[in-house]
Parts: sequence; C-alpha cells; structure tokens
Amino acid sequence: MPHTDTALGAPAERLEGRQKVTGAARYAAEYPLPGRAHAWPVPAAVARGRVAEVDTSAARALPGVLAVLTPGDAPRLAEPEDATLAVLQEPRVPHRGWCVALVVAETPETARAAARLVRVRYDSEPYDVELTEDHPDAHEPDVANAGLPGRVEHGDPEGAFAAAPTRVDVAYRVPPLHNHPMEPHATTAHWDDDRLTVYTSSQGGTTARSVLAQMFELPEDHVTVVSEHVGGGFGSKGTPRPDLVLAAMAALRTARPVTLAYPRRYLPTVVGHRAPTLHRLRLGAAPDGRLTAVVHEVTTHTSRVKEFVEQAAVPARVMYATPNLRTVHRVVALDVPSPSWMRAPGESPGMYALESAVDELAEALGMDPIRLRIRNEPVHEPGTGKPFSSRHLVQCLREGARRFGWDERDPRPRSRREGPWLLGTGVAAATYPSSAVPATATARALPDGTFTVRINATDIGTGARTVLAQIAADTLGTALDRVRTEIGHSDLPPAWLAGGSTGTASWGWAVHDACADLAARLAAHTGPLPAEGLDAHADTAGKADAEVPYARHAFGAHFAEVAVDTVTGETRVRRLLGVFAAGHILNPRTARSQFTGGMIMGLGMALTESSTLDPAFGDFTECDLASYHVPANADVPAVEAHWIEEDDTHLNPMGAKGIGEIGIVGTAAAIGNAVHHATGVRCRELPLTPDRILAGLPAAG
Amino acid sequence: MTSENAPAPGSEITLRVNGKPHTLYVDHRRVLLDLLREDLGLTGAKKGCDHGQCGACTVLVGGRRLNSCLLLAVTLDGAEVTTVEGLGGDGEEPHPLQRAFLDRDAFQCGYCTPGQLCSAVGMLAEAAAGHPSHVTDPAAPSGRPVPLDRPEIRERMSGNLCRCGAYPGIVEAVEDVIR
Repeated sequence: MPHTDTALGAPAERLEGRQKVTGAARYAAEYPLPGRAHAWPVPAAVARGRVAEVDTSAARALPGVLAVLTPGDAPRLAEPEDATLAVLQEPRVPHRGWCVALVVAETPETARAAARLVRVRYDSEPYDVELTEDHPDAHEPDVANAGLPGRVEHGDPEGAFAAAPTRVDVAYRVPPLHNHPMEPHATTAHWDDDRLTVYTSSQGGTTARSVLAQMFELPEDHVTVVSEHVGGGFGSKGTPRPDLVLAAMAALRTARPVTLAYPRRYLPTVVGHRAPTLHRLRLGAAPDGRLTAVVHEVTTHTSRVKEFVEQAAVPARVMYATPNLRTVHRVVALDVPSPSWMRAPGESPGMYALESAVDELAEALGMDPIRLRIRNEPVHEPGTGKPFSSRHLVQCLREGARRFGWDERDPRPRSRREGPWLLGTGVAAATYPSSAVPATATARALPDGTFTVRINATDIGTGARTVLAQIAADTLGTALDRVRTEIGHSDLPPAWLAGGSTGTASWGWAVHDACADLAARLAAHTGPLPAEGLDAHADTAGKADAEVPYARHAFGAHFAEVAVDTVTGETRVRRLLGVFAAGHILNPRTARSQFTGGMIMGLGMALTESSTLDPAFGDFTECDLASYHVPANADVPAVEAHWIEEDDTHLNPMGAKGIGEIGIVGTAAAIGNAVHHATGVRCRELPLTPDRILAGLPAAG
Repeated sequence: MTSENAPAPGSEITLRVNGKPHTLYVDHRRVLLDLLREDLGLTGAKKGCDHGQCGACTVLVGGRRLNSCLLLAVTLDGAEVTTVEGLGGDGEEPHPLQRAFLDRDAFQCGYCTPGQLCSAVGMLAEAAAGHPSHVTDPAAPSGRPVPLDRPEIRERMSGNLCRCGAYPGIVEAVEDVIR
C-alpha cells in the first residue's frame, strides 16, 4: 500500500478520546428517549426445574409498574440459533440466574422494588454443577470452540511418553472466570410501528441486527442497532446476550422505549463465563531437552442450554515440535450457566497449563526454561504440518531475556530473600491465532478535501476507530485529520464483530480495499468532485476468508518478577514484561494499552480472580465485584510491553496480526513459574492465593 | 392498600451541580448517580456495579470524592456536586488531568474514566491536605502534604476499577499533573 510517513505506525491519539474524558461519549443505557421506562430482571432461584407459577399481582399493583413479563405471557419469538437468547419463552429453568420474569416500570427504583415482589413458584429438580475429571457424563466433542477439532494427535504419544527418559505428568486447574467489563450489558430498545431501534452494548451490531430480525420476524432493514461506544466486553458481548432480547420484548409490550441495564450481580449467570478447565499434561523429553511426547488432555463443563467447549488443548498443537502429540477435549453438560468467550478462550487457560508444565520439565532436566523452549522450536506447525507465515517466538524470548535481565538469574528456587519476602522470576511463552473474516466498507472523498470511511465495526476500547482512520489515511495518501470514521451503526456497511483479535485485520482490510479503490478513482477523476463526493465500496468476501497454506499466529514471551511473603503467603508482582511478535504494529499508543491491559487481566487470572459453583445452591458464589477480585491499581506494578516488528506478507494488506488477546496468554504461567522460583512451591491450581501458597511453604522447607 | 402500594415517598431538594442550581423532587430511593444520569442527563458518571464496588460513579461532593451510587439524593440538599462534565470549568480546555489521560492513553473503553478522573482530582486534594494512605510512612509528619510517589498513587486510586487494565497510564497521567 502507498504509505505517507505519518499515519500508520504513528501513536495517534484515540479519535473519541476527548469524548471519553469529558463524559460526552454515550453508552447503551444513556439514550434518554422520551417516555423511556426501565426494566429489571428476576433471576431463577433454583438450579434446575420449571417455573410452576409466577404471581405478579403485588408487583403490578405497585404504582409506576408498567408490565411484568413472564414465561407464560411474554411475546412469542422465533427460536434463536443461540438458545441462551430464548428468554421467557418456556417454563424450563436450565440454571440458576436464568431470567424468569422481567419488570418494566417508570423508574429504575420502582422496577427494582417490583422485581422483589414477583413471586415465583418452581418445581425444582435434582441438579449437578460439579465438574470432576472422572465425571460419568463426560464426552469427547468432535468440535471445540472456534470450529476447531476436539482431538488432534499423531505418532504414538502413550508409547513415547512411557519410554521417555524424563517425564512430567501433572494436573493443572483453572477455575471459572468472569469477564466483568466495566459497563454492564445493557440495551435501550424502541419500537416505531414495526421498526425496532436498539442501542446496545455489543461487540458486533451486525450480528445483533440479524438476531433481532430473525427472532422478532422482521426484515433486517427494519432493525437498527447502534453501538457507538462500548464499555468493554472481552468476549462477553461478542454475540447478543439476553438483555438485547428482553429490552426489545419489554419495549414491544409497553409501547415505550425501555432500557435494561443488567444488574452487576446477575451478570455472571447470563453473559457467559470462562469455563473451568481441568488439565492433564504429560511431557516426555530426551536428555537434551527435545520433546518426544506431548499429551494435553482437558476436561471442561458446558451448560444444558448449549455446548461450548473451551479449546484449552489447542495451543499444544502450535507451540512445540514433537513426533508424538495428543491434544483432546472432554466436556460435561451440567446444570450450570452457559460458558462463552473470555479473552483468549482456549489459549489463556491452555497456555497456563502447558507453559507451567514446560517449566516443570526444565526443572526436571536441569535446563534453562528459555533454552528448553528454543530447543523445541518447530519448523512447521505441529498440529497441521503447515509452515508458519511468520514466527518469532525465539526472538521474543531472547529480547525479553535481555530487557528483563534473565541471565543474572540464579535458577535455584528460594535463592533470593528480602526479609520475609522470597523473590523469584519466571518466563512463559504466548501464542494467539491471526485470522481475518470478510467485511464490507465504503470510502468517500468529499469536495472539501476530507474523507469519510464507513463500516459497522465496533470500538470496545481497542482503538479500532482510530486505527481504521490511520489505515484509510495511509491508503489514500492523506493526513489523519482529514479522515472521519463512522462505526457502530447498522446502517453502515456490514462487518463482523470485535472478537478473536480479528478486528484490525478484517475491518482494516475492507477499509484498505475501499480506500485503494477510491484512490484509483480519484486519480482517474478530472475536475472538481461532485457535491455528494466520490464513493468506493469494498467487500473482502473470498479474500479475507481464503484458505492459505500457512499457519498464522502471533507469538510472545512473558517475564514476571514476584515477591512472596513467607508469613502471609501473599504474592506481589513486582514486574511484568512482555515482548510480542504480531506483524506490523499500526498504532504503538493503543497497541501498548492492548498488550499491557491483557497482561493485567492475566495478573488477575494468576493471583486474584476466581469463581466457584457452589454445590449447595448451584450458583456462582463470587457474583459481584466485591467478591470477584479484578486487579486494582495497587495490584499492578511496572508493566512493560515491547514488540518485534514482523514483515509478514501472508496476512492482510496491513501486515498486522491481532493483538487484543495475546497479552493475557502466558502471563499467568510466567507468574506461577516465578512463584515457584521464589518459594519452591508449585501451585497447580489458580489463582495463587495465600492459603494455597502457605500450604506448600512448610513442605518446601 | 398496603404500604408497598403507596406512591414512593419523595422530597424536594436543591443542589448545585457543576455550578448550576437544580431544584428537584426526588424519590427517597433515588441515589445521586441516578439523579445525575436520569434527572439531569449528566451521564458522565457511570453505573458499573451500583454497589460501591467499582468506583465508576465517583463524583466530587463538596470537593470530596464519593461513590454517587451510595448517596441517597435526599440527603444532599444544599450540596455542591462536580461531575466529569464540570471538571474543565466553563472553558473549552479540558482539565489538566483530562489532557494527561489523553496523552498517556490512560483508558481504553472509557467507561471507568469519568470516575477515575473525579477520583484523581479528589485524591490530589486529600494528599495535599495531609491525609495518609495505607502505604504512607507512619513516621511521616501528620497534617503535611503527602508526596505522591507511584505506590501512593496506586494505593489511593485503587477504589476505581479498570477492567481494560489502563492502570499504568492512569498512574503516569496523575504524575504528569503533579510534576
């Protein structure tokens, strides 16, 4: 593409930054439509059963209550593809927290008070929410999340493992985790005759529109979806959640605009969570460190509503060369809330387990863990045999080691002490796939010399709005301040959701193509532009989704330094350093925030975040932000992200890999490995809380 | 009619928000956050948890930073409230902290940002007034301004959660305005 030397690669400030710091940016619950009412859900109080009766009389008698929707009387909708959206359609209760009634009232206070007055009688049934390795209902799925095969294997993993001179056979556990974006899932819905408009907190308005059109049996062009600003999502707003459907039903029933902002405490059960994963890792190695067998077996849960399989064994298909490989998933359907995507589904828990086990193998071999990883660097992707489009993991490890001061490390555990603190350092690798999906975009040149780029992309905080303008500016050979990006509205050319770290590649490709076409049209144009400007349209179908003979992934290396208090068992992270190889970095300012933000979420995964399905109630115990501990500012030390520029021509016109998720991958393992180095304690269950560390400390001497 | 069925009791209050007086009849259940967002259309203050756990609703009341989701509006008759919309005063120019947040990319999704900004403004005043924090040296003289190094800033800003993980930028932005 033609480059000016200004836009791409420049640390441009977020285009909507000024709106965000002045409070002017509008989120889904902040559209004050005339006559707007407020909705409040009633969550199921049993883990499994049926709603036998809903007594709404007391709620309806409260002044200001407009309606109470129940499974018996809510509008009947067409059956959705995603069964979690079939809310208030039948009396079945598949898990605690499932929405069993919805109150609509003049004010949020009245809606909340009335929701408490709704009396629900259940026919409850025995339930099971406990995931175990040997659960009798476990089955091996053909397909895990993202359409990936449930099992990939080659060679003779059992035989090779049994024959390996050095073996590691370990079990790791990752608990359920919650996305908890700061903006709760919210939708404001408004009907105008048979036309529906929603303002919704979604990572993808195009999908939201087609879901609403299908469920409410409307032509797509009768549905407008606006997601101009979205207060985070991390996967939990990838596809629509029940708030979208409930708000549209409530607005239909009351003939009023309705806002449903799902209460924070109710979110964990209805927006998806990272499913717990039980890992068994078996690594066999020759004395020189070469892996002879890699076996990664994962057991996870799903709900009775739909099957979602956290693809945690997948990274072992990417990372290390081995003649004998087995990666397999097993899943158990339980009476639990439906799991879904959370930042780097699969890679995040999978790489925690794999990279911790690799550290254990390094110790067993008496080998430096970086050397061990470099020793097993594959020529082709182990799972597919495809060549890598680019792979600079070794460079990331070496650059990180240099910056971090790895070479000064005494590899012996418990070798550094400061008063009651034991200090240690750890390393882990990271990987995340780089893919793209088709999108459409238009670019317009206006007579005043400015340009407008239109695409229904979503900026959930990634910086998409800004980087798309940068791509456009470079392709058009103009300055960034001459480009306006319109995103987050379903009147715009359709594009896929913000997920799977595909945004920049997918949307950027369409924007690039539209702008390249426009540039050509402008070059051929003589005379002044017509008043309405000059347009070009692009559709990357067939291009962005074309099969390629390459394995395409971003890679990274994480380094952590921790201090562990031998008195309390508390772990404090002192330093986190990541080095990433993710193609061209298009905006260093927003990219750094993506990387470090992911690393900080990984710090939470390592040390503070944990959820429990309580067998007595069948519900998440840690359901709010007081009990589910996302990292606070004081938890976060010096965090550095660096990158290695890659020139990969097999990706997309920008040569960019997705960067939204790789930051979290590997962070937890690096911290866990550092805790082991500090203390000699190998905790194999996250998070690394003081009780777990203390339990290991005396044994470690 | 039971008491539950009576109209919600309310009262008339007058408060100043960003320098402007407002007289409103408020439902006694209404919290300051909903008054700002629903009655005054000031949606800068955000509702993240509605339970005082996340800090997204932080505003300044009488110059002090408070979680507006925990303040019943009826208790605020005569109060002076500043929200993110009022931080910059009447001028076009943003508050220096707002400028620093932009310079340091101290946010991503932006949802916690108004709370972070109001909290930081309140925090700077607390430190200037000599309020100690958990990490302040107990031997430091009381009543004197507390110097804000990074551990102090991190500790004092920990009532405001950011799920995007913009904390490093937030700390740098605060440092920019105290230098």
